[in-house]
Amino acid sequence: MSKSLDEAQRRAKTALDDHVAEIVAWHFHESTGCPFWLEFKNKLKFDPLKDVRSFADLRKFPPFEDEWLRGGPVRRWVPKALADRPLYVFETGGTTGIPKSRIAVEDFRIDYSLFSDTLPEQYFPRGANWLMLGPSGPRRLRLAVEHLAQQRDGICFCIDLDPRWVIKLIKKGWMEQLEAYKRHCVDQALTILGAGHDVKCMFGTPKLIEALCLALEERGSSLKQTGITGIFSGGTEFTPQWTRFCIEELFGGPPEVSGIYMTPTYGNTLMGLACSKPVTAADGYKISYYAPQPRAVVEVVDFDDTDRVVNYGATGRARLTTLTKEFFMPGFLERDEGEREPPCGQYPWDGISGTRPFRRLAEATTVGVY
Amino acid sequence: MLKLPVIRWGQPYDSLEVAEVNHFATGEPIAQVSQAGGGIIKRDMRLAQRARDVLLGFTSAELIAMLGKAADLYEHGTLPMGDGKQSPDDFVHQQSASTGLPEHMCRANMAKNSFVLKNMAKILECLTRGLDLKILSQGYGEEGRGVMVSYQAQSPVLAAVLPSNSPGVHTLWLPTIALQMGLVLKPGPQEPWTPYRIFAAFTEAGVPKESFSLYPGEAEAGAAVLEACDRAMIFGGTATVERYRGNPKVQAHGPGFSKILLGDDVVDRWPDYLDLMVESIYLNSGRGCINCSGVWASRHTREIAEALAERLGPIEALPPTDPNAGLAAFTVPGMGAIVWKQIEQDLQTPGVTHSTAKYGPRLIEQERASYLRPTIIHAPSPDASAAQKEYMFPFAAVVECPQSEMLKRIGPTLVGTVISNDESFRRAATNATNIDRLNLGPIPTTRLNWLQPHEGNLIDFLFRNRALQLFPSH
Repeated sequence: MSKSLDEAQRRAKTALDDHVAEIVAWHFHESTGCPFWLEFKNKLKFDPLKDVRSFADLRKFPPFEDEWLRGGPVRRWVPKALADRPLYVFETGGTTGIPKSRIAVEDFRIDYSLFSDTLPEQYFPRGANWLMLGPSGPRRLRLAVEHLAQQRDGICFCIDLDPRWVIKLIKKGWMEQLEAYKRHCVDQALTILGAGHDVKCMFGTPKLIEALCLALEERGSSLKQTGITGIFSGGTEFTPQWTRFCIEELFGGPPEVSGIYMTPTYGNTLMGLACSKPVTAADGYKISYYAPQPRAVVEVVDFDDTDRVVNYGATGRARLTTLTKEFFMPGFLERDEGEREPPCGQYPWDGISGTRPFRRLAEATTVGVY
Repeated sequence: MLKLPVIRWGQPYDSLEVAEVNHFATGEPIAQVSQAGGGIIKRDMRLAQRARDVLLGFTSAELIAMLGKAADLYEHGTLPMGDGKQSPDDFVHQQSASTGLPEHMCRANMAKNSFVLKNMAKILECLTRGLDLKILSQGYGEEGRGVMVSYQAQSPVLAAVLPSNSPGVHTLWLPTIALQMGLVLKPGPQEPWTPYRIFAAFTEAGVPKESFSLYPGEAEAGAAVLEACDRAMIFGGTATVERYRGNPKVQAHGPGFSKILLGDDVVDRWPDYLDLMVESIYLNSGRGCINCSGVWASRHTREIAEALAERLGPIEALPPTDPNAGLAAFTVPGMGAIVWKQIEQDLQTPGVTHSTAKYGPRLIEQERASYLRPTIIHAPSPDASAAQKEYMFPFAAVVECPQSEMLKRIGPTLVGTVISNDESFRRAATNATNIDRLNLGPIPTTRLNWLQPHEGNLIDFLFRNRALQLFPSH
């Protein structure tokens, strides 16, 4: 490891530890914390205000259970210090039963403003309009992408897409209806792209990007011809092989040849989004994600001993931690697995690659278009 | 270890995603198989017409001759296989190792495929009911009675989503190339061997490689093949058959529920037919849809069940290399136990008895695989759930049922062997629409005449007999 990377890593660790102490103090102080954590504090055998001074100290908390986010009252998650601010609630899951809710004030804007700084201007030009080819409804992603477009002086066009209906169709095995719904979504996108709105950037799920490209080819056109130059996407279906197929065949080559740049992201409503190092053919289209530290952390932990981080290159389960003033989520065990990646110059902290559904849970998991 | 690429209209494509094919007993990897995603398949299918166009550059007779040559290459040649080569012995070892089928059965299936390829001209003559194949090429023509007939191709290719556990099904799609249609195959995860070897043999014999695509992959690949092709076969369970029922694009092949029916006039002589029953239940380890899963008679059923149990019950699970091995392994972990649990549930029905019980436990569990030894059940009435079951091993229920009710109670029956000289019963069996292939007389359900169409005539599936009027030329 180079001396400068070593130094950057040390600085990042110090910043993370300081941030942890600040965020824990915020969420567990009577004047600022939310009812859920203040009540939770009474069940703990330690005092978060005194005993949590570093990221390592977060191990003292039991793993965060996303089940806690189901049902109300939702205000128990609102920090007292933010109680007077305009609030959003974003949902995840909910195909059947009560969805998980996360409240938000500014987090989605901050996360996506930070993400915006990582996008190359050449392919995501300022002032260009955007297409959001993803879920609508009570989703963080929908508003986040709109904010991203606004942050970059553009306007975001959206489609109607209900991911809960998609999951239901898959579970029922109604594959023809699933295809029809996918076509319905792609048709909406084609209409927007063909309406002269100067759309150059887009978000899309892998399945919808693929379906859009195939639909354009069927019409004798291509993504390039629509004027799209920058795409961001995400999800466990964003595999190296899919990326290769997309870049080599659907886009017509790497960015310098096709003029289209695609960047993968990883995350969820609870954590935010992790960015990827640029994906290249030379690197076997490997996709490595890095969380936006110190606001969120991704660790790769042993499947059975989830407090133990695995060695670099080894496989483990994704463990997510969110550390913002709006939301504190220590050590949530995500339903994904992957390999631990070493720090790099752009991101001097651990990353994760090869994300895919956690094999022990995969059989029960339905991956939709979103 | 062999590396098998995806084949995209004849071109090899190494995917970044690979799946290992492992030895069922040792877990040792045998091959690394590139995996295709749905997008690649859908995109490639844009060029499906090219596959037919390139085949139309040959006459059917030329292609049939190539298939004859391919038959020899397939059965006896050492052929290119991914990044290596494969001899017939390699093929047998590999197929047995990944599917759990005894090696001598793999050889028998190989001979069966080769036989079909060698006899393609005769088979097509029977499948088309004597139609001049030029009419299928051109789309129309005079049949010889001064009548214009037209057969319109419904798809430039036939797709097939193939199973892992039944290497015998491949004969169903083998005639496709001779009909000048391309082949799009999604091999079973544990049985890539036959599709890849057929591809190698066909192309070595001169069939243009552009007429083939092979897409190993997960369920998404199968779904993409079915979605993107206008004519496709799929092999699966009852749920698969139900899902595609009424879909003209898909021919779903599922359990056969094949049966032997003994008429009242012959049932007292049931020992004469015992060999026939044993062969129908046991051949090919009972894995096929044509294996008998039910013997129906109005009397002597308990004695028949006991006699079948005496013949089949003692059969042991032997290593696949043993020439006497008659049972295939269940290679999916836990599958044998799941199946046996279902049978135990069937045995809960009052009056239903397990005739093979006295010959020792049926479920044999090994470290990575399991076996089920032949199982015969006696059901005193068609109402018992066991009367309508089929499993992937030698299993049959001997069902007591009056002859007068038999045909309406047997349910869907792929192969029905009706043994009776009672003309009214034979006529009723001929008219029974729930029987697909009818054997009148003592013919084992497993003994197929290749000159008869199997479970839906391929010609009817791939071509539409429609009207065409031609203005007389001057």
